[in-house]
Amino acid sequence: MIHSLFLINNAGDLFLEKHWKSVISRSVCDYFFEAREKAVEPDNVPPVIRTPHHYLINIYREKIFFVSVIQTEVPPLFVIEFLHRVAETFQDYFGECSETTIKDNVVIVYELLEEMLDNGFPLATESNILKELIRPPTILRSMVNTITGSSNVGETLPTGQLSNIPWRRAGVKYTNNEAYFDVVEEIDAILDKSGTTVFAEIQGVIDACVKLSGMPDLTLSFMNPRLLDDVSFHPCVRYKRWESERVISFIPPDGNFQLMSYHISAQNLVAIPIYVKQNISFFETGSSGRLDITVGPKQTMGKTVECLVVTVHMPKVVLSANLSATQGTYNYDPVTKILLWDIGKLNPQKLPNLKGSLSLQSGAPKPEENPSLNIDLKIQQLAISGLKVNRLDMYGEKYKPFKGVKYVTKAGKFQVRT
Amino acid sequence: MLGMSANSVSYNEQGSVESGVDAAQENRITTLLGWNEDLKEMLESNKESLKLEAMKRIVGVFHPKIKNLKKLVYVYLVRYAEEQQDLALLSISTFQRALKDPNQLIRASALRVLSSIRVPIIVPIMMLAIKEAATDLSPYVRKTAAHAIQKLYSLDPDQKEHLIEVIEKLLKDKSTLVAGSVVMAFEEVCPDRIDLIHKNYRKLCNLLVDVEEWGQVVIIHMLTRYARTQFVSPWREDAVFDENSAKAFYDSEEERRVDQSKPYIMDPDHRLLLRNTKPLLQSRNTAVVMAVSQLYWHLAPKHELSIITKSLVRLLRSHREVQYIVLQNIATMSIQRKGMFEPFMKSFYVRSTDATHIKTLKLEILTNLANEANISTILREFQTYVKSQDKAFAAATIQAIGCCATNISEVTDTCLNGLVLLLSNRDETVVAESVVVIKKLLQTQPSQHSDIIKHMAKLFDNITVPMARASILWLMGEYCEHVPKIAPDVLRKMAKTFTDEEDIVKLQIVNLAAKLYLTNSKQTKLLTQYILNLGKYDQNYDIRDRTRFIRQLIVPNEKSGALSKYARRILMAPKPAPVLQSAFKDRDRFQLGTLSHTLNSQASGYLELSDWPAVAPDQSVRNVEVVEPVRLPCIYLVFKDNVKNSESEENSDDSNKSSSSQSEKSSSESDSEKKKTLKNKKPQQQKLDSKDSTKLVLKGSYDAISSFPFSLECYKLMRVLMLLLLFCLTVSPVPVTTPKSSILSPNLLSDLQGLLISPTASALQVGVSPVFVPETSHELLHRMTGKGLSAQYRFTRQPCIYGNSMVSLQLTLSNSTDQALENIHISEKSSTGQNIHRFNAIERLEPQASVTVSMGVDFNDSTQAANFQLCTKEDEFSVSIQPAVGELLLPITMSEADFTKEQGKLVGMNESSATITMTPENVSSQSVNRKVVSVANLGVIPSGQENIYRFSGKTVSSGSLVLVSVVLKDPDAVITINTEKTVMGSMLLRQVKTALTNSGP
Repeated sequence: MIHSLFLINNAGDLFLEKHWKSVISRSVCDYFFEAREKAVEPDNVPPVIRTPHHYLINIYREKIFFVSVIQTEVPPLFVIEFLHRVAETFQDYFGECSETTIKDNVVIVYELLEEMLDNGFPLATESNILKELIRPPTILRSMVNTITGSSNVGETLPTGQLSNIPWRRAGVKYTNNEAYFDVVEEIDAILDKSGTTVFAEIQGVIDACVKLSGMPDLTLSFMNPRLLDDVSFHPCVRYKRWESERVISFIPPDGNFQLMSYHISAQNLVAIPIYVKQNISFFETGSSGRLDITVGPKQTMGKTVECLVVTVHMPKVVLSANLSATQGTYNYDPVTKILLWDIGKLNPQKLPNLKGSLSLQSGAPKPEENPSLNIDLKIQQLAISGLKVNRLDMYGEKYKPFKGVKYVTKAGKFQVRT
Repeated sequence: MLGMSANSVSYNEQGSVESGVDAAQENRITTLLGWNEDLKEMLESNKESLKLEAMKRIVGVFHPKIKNLKKLVYVYLVRYAEEQQDLALLSISTFQRALKDPNQLIRASALRVLSSIRVPIIVPIMMLAIKEAATDLSPYVRKTAAHAIQKLYSLDPDQKEHLIEVIEKLLKDKSTLVAGSVVMAFEEVCPDRIDLIHKNYRKLCNLLVDVEEWGQVVIIHMLTRYARTQFVSPWREDAVFDENSAKAFYDSEEERRVDQSKPYIMDPDHRLLLRNTKPLLQSRNTAVVMAVSQLYWHLAPKHELSIITKSLVRLLRSHREVQYIVLQNIATMSIQRKGMFEPFMKSFYVRSTDATHIKTLKLEILTNLANEANISTILREFQTYVKSQDKAFAAATIQAIGCCATNISEVTDTCLNGLVLLLSNRDETVVAESVVVIKKLLQTQPSQHSDIIKHMAKLFDNITVPMARASILWLMGEYCEHVPKIAPDVLRKMAKTFTDEEDIVKLQIVNLAAKLYLTNSKQTKLLTQYILNLGKYDQNYDIRDRTRFIRQLIVPNEKSGALSKYARRILMAPKPAPVLQSAFKDRDRFQLGTLSHTLNSQASGYLELSDWPAVAPDQSVRNVEVVEPVRLPCIYLVFKDNVKNSESEENSDDSNKSSSSQSEKSSSESDSEKKKTLKNKKPQQQKLDSKDSTKLVLKGSYDAISSFPFSLECYKLMRVLMLLLLFCLTVSPVPVTTPKSSILSPNLLSDLQGLLISPTASALQVGVSPVFVPETSHELLHRMTGKGLSAQYRFTRQPCIYGNSMVSLQLTLSNSTDQALENIHISEKSSTGQNIHRFNAIERLEPQASVTVSMGVDFNDSTQAANFQLCTKEDEFSVSIQPAVGELLLPITMSEADFTKEQGKLVGMNESSATITMTPENVSSQSVNRKVVSVANLGVIPSGQENIYRFSGKTVSSGSLVLVSVVLKDPDAVITINTEKTVMGSMLLRQVKTALTNSGP
């Protein structure tokens, strides 16, 4: 299936290659570079590129292109999903997935790639198993390794791969048994000029951090499971119990993982926590424009809106911005043409406002369209959909675990058209 | 490899091994992996000293983590197998041996590496290894075998027939671990052998949910193809489903069927597939969701399709690349079935941050979804897009508006007016695109829109984009009769600027001139001639050609023939309106979710989805004889390797997951299907499969793999590496002291026959009592470290009562404290791979008292120490037992003739020998016998010749024959050891040699 993998950075340097079958010359990447050049923006590179003898399927993540070479028919999503899994594994191992970390840990990277695919077919992609096979680097361990001269390859052979619970490693032991669940909801919305909602929906995920000894069997239930419109689960969740009883029953992997993601559709009324009053205008003459943005709370369920950030992708002709903010700081980057206004906490008594003038390139025609605003925000202790975890029960083990649930609401793709 | 070579440190420069110990781990690994040239040269050199030095170094590299050695060597080999074939070839015999390792993971990775070595010469070896692994007890090894099938097939397609046999066998496998991989192999090797699937169809459907996610994708795609050949179409051709009523899911299926005049009854197997794939729509893996969606699209009755919509829309939240593929598939679906995605229309609204190709696809889908009811919403949305800063996207939106306008006649006028407004847009691309789209729209109904043409003529001066100008000119010419006054005026203007126009515009000017000349020659005759003259001398030969052609066609003269009579009919022929249609119209010829669909052209290896058969093929082919499971008496077993895991892997029952791993023993049941195979093989281990049906898993007895003739040179190379690995594996903690003679014994270079490992003959008798039992005991735990508890062990040399493959040990525990020790036992969790039979816990050991207990350890025929924890009530002590190689044997007796016969079979690689000088007092037959049996637990064979002494035994775990002979040739003696366990052989040789050279008792 997957024949080879090339990692290419933003500047177009090929810095790592790996072949699972016979070696394919890196000249095959020329077709990719061609497409890359044509696309201008890295985001616009087509994910599937055809060359005379191969097909290149690529993803772009963290400023790195993961380019895989395919020779025969294969579901493209299969490859894309796998490449993302590779990137996630790197992130998991090295904290971040960047060119520097990959180069620094080149040995582990090769070991990982070797374990993850056999003859181009995924073999071990579960992080629990990989970590048993190849231990992630830590400062302490690399120190110890340097002194004792040992390697990072796990000493014991992994066992999880062979079990029927391939996502959990065996023999887990903790002194403090704890299970934390974060319900994170993101609001995707498009608001139009007048502030009416064009489109809104909620995407939620439940991230879990489970540190429990032995083989615990957990059951998580909700107060209002009917709210959930569409769900997808980690492989550990038993579909049948969800379908019949609407509870999530599972044997968790050890450590951090995403238990489920869900969707609450536009049909239900989605609460929009803030409103934005804006007025951006460009004058016909004088190469200038005005900008006036005010943000205020709308439906916040009595909670405070935090980490409020407004991002505006200005038209190319805008040279600089001379603004004043009543709260927070603003920054205009004339190279990327991005105006960033970091407001912080939203104070309902004194609404934050950003006002001032924009100067345009002289002689250039005024921009056709006003730029849209992208909003970022965070509300602690609130799931905007109203979803509530009812209880968590544990079977199969005797100890009493510490349990915790946290709710956060964030803005996802939240856009205000102007 | 890039990074590798950069990091690589030449080992030579690092000096001796000892100083290299503190080298950074990175260097260590790269040195190991990037096996550098010097080392290779040294190994290949003729000088023995150099070779020895090289080996020492390698041992040095490996020394700190000798346990991982095998794994590391594998990693290295997989990486460089193809580039350095010779080197890879060297290792093959090692892998052959590792294929019989008691640890399933070692077996699996040995097979994985062996099959990755892309050297045609080893194809037969691979074939044998795959066949053997396919019957392995461990599902993980069988999974690896399935992977190896594909590798072998790509290396040598001639093996297809044999491989299909293996695939057939593996398809019957009931383990979820194997299913995905074997179906992958099936797809690669013999996708047309649908007949192999019949019997396994239901099993695959039932296993599907538990298979790992990547396997699910492959199985679902295969089952989609299968189902299309086996079931009749669930789509009724005569009835068109009302899409809205299809959602009325309250009426049950049965009622629906009754309603239909010609009832369609779905094959239960067809239903089974649909039912079992449905929960996978909830998978977190986007590829799985897509696979299920395409399965429903191609197989499900139309009214059940709606369930995939939500899941597909959910995928749109995922990464950019995932969105791209999913949107493409939705685009294809939305052409055929608008109703599916209409409720989710808003999910396809474009955001300014989307990538261009995503925007275009969303636009495509919105256009497909447009109907009378929602067109106003969509058009309003489009208005926003037209103003986008991304001009390419704005242009695409205009195209989309054009599409909507032609598809929905109600809005044609609205769209046209909107487009005309856009003509005054400041941006050229927008204007140009509008003109082009308007041109297409007007072609459909030109008569009513002469004012639009007039308007365009007015704007003509401001438009600079050539394509747009050309389009307007074409419109003028085509409909010059609707705008009789303006057209000649436009031509006049164009005549002035003709030389400055782009080629495409020039051609249209010539066109316009010709048409006007035919319709209105009075006003335009001179203008036309002027333009034709200009065109005649143009730089572009297309234009010159066109001009000459037009002139001949329209201006009648003597030379022009009959053609000019028809000039008007030729030029002014009514032209059909262009059809504006989706670019995804023809993509439905490909299976959804495939690469071919994405590319819209057939990718290599694409398998066509067949049409539904008119009549369903025989359903009974899928029947599997269901036989009542026969209960066999429960057999309790002890597993060699990790009990817990092999236990739980077979256990797919959810409720048992948590508890099963704790139980250590399981009963075994069998169904009759498996019983047939039982007759052929000796069941060594049996275990329970706790799923509904039961099965008996047979451990394929590791019959020896016979080897194949190689060239002599190849054999030499192999020998070197094998010795090297042998060295690494056995000598680990011991300093390198082996004399040169043993390594380079000329006997090793015997012919290839030596590679042949034959199974042990049956003519030998086992169970002879040991000739000599040494009284010496070894210290296990000193009383100082044991806080008063001391322990000593000795080998009893008796067959172990706890298990056939165990070595029997006697443990003497004594308490030297002044308090009683309680609950002395061996901790359960501590064993390191070896299987240990623990002694029963000693409740209480009085002060100064001692107790003797016996235990059994399965060393797996290796001298690796068995580590375990000796525990008392308060403390835990880590102890280890390191067996001498001679203790891993059991004596057997045989006749002298048998001995010679067996010895004849174990030559070549399996033979190691050494020559020593005997001290005079050792020469007597008694002392030779005594010395040999004190070193190793062997039986003495009565010898007919005076100067030859023979001893025989077998290894405890695997029962391999070990033959020792000592031939005295005064004053020298030749010791020869024949065994297929070459590692043990060489170690034993060393010990016998030391014993015989030492004087004393």
